[in-house]
Amino acid sequence: MGPVLAGVLQLLALIGALALAYVPLGNYLARVYSSEKHLRVEKWIYQGIGANPDTEMRWTAYLRGVLAFSAAGVLFLYLLQRLQGSLPGSLGFSSIEPAQAFDTAASFVTNTNWQSYAGEQAMGHVVQTAGLAVQNFVSAAVGIAVAVALVRGFARSRTGELGNFWADLVRGTVRVLVPVAAVAAVVLVACGAIQNFSGIHEVGQFMGGSQQWNGGAVASQEAIKELGTNGGGYFNANSAHPFENPTPFTNLFEIFLILVIPLALTRAFGVMVGSVKQGYAILATMVTIWVGFVALLMWTEFAHHGPALQASGGAMEGKETRFGVGASALFGVSTTLTSTGAVDSFHSSFTGLGGGITMLGMMLGEIAPGGVGSGLYGMLIMAIIAVFIAGLMVGRTPEYLGKKIGSREIKLAACYILVTPALVLIFTAASVALPTPPNSMLNSGAHGFSEVLYAFTSASNNNGSAFAGLNANTDWYNTTTGLAMLLGRFVPMVFVLALAGSLAGQRPVPATAGTLRTEKPLFTGLLVGAILIITGLTYFPALALGPLAEGLA
Amino acid sequence: MTTRTGNHEDSMSTATPTRAPHGGVPSGHTPAEDRVGAGLFDPRQLLRSLPDAFRKLDPRVMVKSPVMFVVLVGSVLTTAFSFTDPGDWFGWAISAWLWLTVIFANLAEAVAEGRGKAQADTLRKAKTDTVARRLVRDGSEERIPGTGLTIGDLVVCEAGDVIPGDGDVVEGVASVDESAITGESAPVIRESGGDRSAVTGGTKVLSDRIVIRITTKPGETFIDRMINLVEGAARQKTPNEIALNILLASLTIVFLLACATLPAFAGYAGSHLTMVVLVALLVCLIPTTIGALLSAIGIAGMDRLVQRNVLAMSGRAVEAAGDVSTLLLDKTGTITLGNRQAAEFVPVRGTTEAEVADAAQLSSLADETPEGRSVVVLAKEAYGLRERHQGELVGAEWVEFTAQTRMSGVDVDKRKIRKGAAGSVVAWVRERGGTVAEDADRIAQRISAAGGTPLLVAVDDADGARVLGVIHLKDVVKEGMRERFDELRRMGIKTVMITGDNPLTAKAIAEEAGVDDFLAEATPEDKMALIKREQAGGKLVAMTGDGTNDAPALAQADVGVAMNTGTSAAKEAGNMVDLDSNPTKLIEIVEIGKQLLITRGALTTFSIANDVAKYFAIIPALFAAVYPGLDKLNIMQLSSPDSAILSAVVFNALIIIALVPLALRGVRYRPMSADRMLRRNLGIYGLGGLIAPFVGIKIIDILISLIPGIG
Repeated sequence: MGPVLAGVLQLLALIGALALAYVPLGNYLARVYSSEKHLRVEKWIYQGIGANPDTEMRWTAYLRGVLAFSAAGVLFLYLLQRLQGSLPGSLGFSSIEPAQAFDTAASFVTNTNWQSYAGEQAMGHVVQTAGLAVQNFVSAAVGIAVAVALVRGFARSRTGELGNFWADLVRGTVRVLVPVAAVAAVVLVACGAIQNFSGIHEVGQFMGGSQQWNGGAVASQEAIKELGTNGGGYFNANSAHPFENPTPFTNLFEIFLILVIPLALTRAFGVMVGSVKQGYAILATMVTIWVGFVALLMWTEFAHHGPALQASGGAMEGKETRFGVGASALFGVSTTLTSTGAVDSFHSSFTGLGGGITMLGMMLGEIAPGGVGSGLYGMLIMAIIAVFIAGLMVGRTPEYLGKKIGSREIKLAACYILVTPALVLIFTAASVALPTPPNSMLNSGAHGFSEVLYAFTSASNNNGSAFAGLNANTDWYNTTTGLAMLLGRFVPMVFVLALAGSLAGQRPVPATAGTLRTEKPLFTGLLVGAILIITGLTYFPALALGPLAEGLA
Repeated sequence: MTTRTGNHEDSMSTATPTRAPHGGVPSGHTPAEDRVGAGLFDPRQLLRSLPDAFRKLDPRVMVKSPVMFVVLVGSVLTTAFSFTDPGDWFGWAISAWLWLTVIFANLAEAVAEGRGKAQADTLRKAKTDTVARRLVRDGSEERIPGTGLTIGDLVVCEAGDVIPGDGDVVEGVASVDESAITGESAPVIRESGGDRSAVTGGTKVLSDRIVIRITTKPGETFIDRMINLVEGAARQKTPNEIALNILLASLTIVFLLACATLPAFAGYAGSHLTMVVLVALLVCLIPTTIGALLSAIGIAGMDRLVQRNVLAMSGRAVEAAGDVSTLLLDKTGTITLGNRQAAEFVPVRGTTEAEVADAAQLSSLADETPEGRSVVVLAKEAYGLRERHQGELVGAEWVEFTAQTRMSGVDVDKRKIRKGAAGSVVAWVRERGGTVAEDADRIAQRISAAGGTPLLVAVDDADGARVLGVIHLKDVVKEGMRERFDELRRMGIKTVMITGDNPLTAKAIAEEAGVDDFLAEATPEDKMALIKREQAGGKLVAMTGDGTNDAPALAQADVGVAMNTGTSAAKEAGNMVDLDSNPTKLIEIVEIGKQLLITRGALTTFSIANDVAKYFAIIPALFAAVYPGLDKLNIMQLSSPDSAILSAVVFNALIIIALVPLALRGVRYRPMSADRMLRRNLGIYGLGGLIAPFVGIKIIDILISLIPGIG
């Protein structure tokens, strides 16, 4: 079997598995966030944190919950790293420097999981498990909560109430992420991922010399790393490391975990707004872009010129022989289109255009299917923009799911789409124009520029993957990527929740034959076009000077 | 003004309308472009509006359109930069075309406004400084300028006087020439009390004497508001326009960011970008096409209404018209011709149709109501009975129809014939000791059930008093209404017929006309309740009305069109006034509202889609020198980097002028479902917008490369 066929078969197997999980998981998610009942363990948590899960919150209160919880998370994680040197179970690692500790805290709380450190050389068991792993769960739950709040904005009418943040946060963690991750961890262990608390082992190498291996609760972290679209690896090599991702099967399984919740959330969305077809339309938009990107990336990687690369069946530099070109492309697209940022191959080593595709994937705003929660709300914002333009063309003031898109709604949506481009472009410009930051680049020319552009694209969109090559552990990069992650995560959330509040307060407009049908393929096509054109236009000059200049040379 | 564009001025200014009132008969079969559209574009208007376009360069005016303001700032920057390097033709060429871009945008707005200006001038003529004859408390008159009147003043107007201000007639009756406002030359009657008491300042009393209580301050009269409206002085941005402006502003910021960060990226790559090039890139990317035409589209939309003699008091109402999902239509005058007409004569047992026809015609000769006339006409047409005239019958005693007796007839040769409402005729026959044939009642009921109105014909002669037969009066549904309602249904609009008829009659007419629903025996309260019920379901409701008791419903409706013949209370309450007082126009108003929104959406889509080609022109031009691979993006094979950039800028400017006619005329609109409409418009303006600039830029580039010394 040729590598191309293998890649395509893996793609089909993946789609099949996702299709099987879509309806049951989507319906389950909708039930979780609509149910009136509380589990006993949830009640204990509510008592512990002193929250009343039954009070309805307006958008401002909901936002306060999100921000307060996340701020506490950043502070706790920062202190934990700063105190690592004096904590037990730290494998002898010292405390993390302030800039890097800030960067890492921001990174894990924002569901980005950008790592300017090498996990196995910096973080001990306590920080990994009590700090980073906890945030892997709750930062994902926060993202879903915000998305659910927006969906409620569409589903409810003439109320300003969006649900209860604490209930959404706890339910997402207890009823969705923990159980699914637990099962997934068992699968990973069964397939060879490690799960222990052992110390550092000195291992001899084939070619002489030695290297150090440390153990850890890897499989459990790996499961939530993918399921929560986090992406922060236990080891520096991330999912290319055999302890994290031992076999081609686990590789495919991890891609499945990455995509399953973001996709199923469209079903939950459809169920909650009372029209599963609307959910299908959003799903179709996501899948169209995702499949298109997979095809493009497979094409650039398989079709690479040069005898050595052709002999190996494609561009194999930076890719694991265990996985090959097809599976690496599949993983690369899935991780960059979902804000996950885990990698099983090194995007810097992809062909010039291939690297550009992974970058463009992030630049779309992580919406196809995007991060858990953030993908859905990002896509809904784009749908609002597309409805606004297209809706006018059917001769009505635009409405989406029965809600009018007036000046307040469009203002919030417009602000949302401004945030990440501003962060990416301004930080990238500063990083290439200022005197010191360019020292971090490994390469010169277009490839060096791509390293920087990738870093800020990844941070601002809360992806977390790195292009490799760039030394991000400097004060400049730790500070700027930290800021980019925080601003790129929470400023858009402000607009999303404000929008949700505004939509929830509206009276719904009944659909007639004159209404734009947003569940039809035509609208899906329009939405795909709007996303590609608006993002493409924003980043075209930057992409031209990085991956395009390299890829077309 | 030329003949083609001046059609609406004609109708507004002179006493004889040169144009048949639009929609006087429903134009269900006319081509769609006739219905909405019209107002062809004359290139000479551009020239005439040029001075105004320059006046609009004032930054305080420009700042209202964020997109064009950025272009203005860019023009100033490149011009200033060109002075530092005067030998560089490229800088000057770009600057010149950037200034042209701004001028073209202003021109579009000026042309749109210019169409209203001429109209405003003729209205101003009507508003000449009148002298008011104010009544003083002791009963004497004093002459004061019309501008000195205050609300509550009583003024006297006699034949030949121009009415000095808006008000209500409180004494007397007069015929008034309102052609200055409506374009309709036939005088109308204005009298104290009732629904015909409102008079408008600037109209002229033709006969008699009336006393008017002034209800509006000078400067705020109907004619003043009309002038402001057609001139666009009172124009405020509508909600959807504001929202679109926000989106355009945010796109502008995105591209501002992309361009502002580019020098840093380019500097790293070892290339230097001049200010001129950066501004050129920015202007090409920001949505200038829609930014330039947005306000012209809005003004032209209002203007299209004015051309149909409809005054929208707010742009908001025009937008709401596009969203309307329920239309309340008065039966009489809108769905049916104003009057019922005789359709058949039904004899009772023992008489013949011809007998009934003869008696009916004779008895109707003294009935000057339209119904009465139609009886005479039917008898003539269907039974060959020559229409006799009242003078022909010697010794005949005519009984005129009155609202009290509800009968008309004639007494001739000891024969008394009567025709009229069932109750009255039955009473008349019984009074005379006659009998009412039992089948007369049955026939009358059958006619009622079919939605008609039965009139009885009776005679009192040697054989005694008896009912001869029944006249079937029918509401005649206007031609083409069913097709019109089918169209509306496809557009997702529900039609509700409002009538004072009983439910049976209403149902029959509703079925014949093809409306979706009806409200029978409707009182103003019922109407109000219906509107509120629809609105509670999230629907937008449009209606027409003229009476004072319509006012609350007009105010409650999202689009309330008051008839100009109506009371001032109705005109105050509605958000549009139809000067032709033609309720059918509601349908056109909805179409114009939709067309306005479609035009905006289409040009926005076009504008954004245009950007793709511009990148393919400019990016390789900028960076192929440092990264030769990027020349592969030069798919248009433009002749040189300078020419590529200039071509993009020139295209960007020219497309504005090219689209001015479209912006003013509006995108062609045909009633169809949202799906088909979207597919069609996406094809034309989305795909077209993607392809057109590739072709356009290439052509301009070829032309530029022909200029010696360049390229």
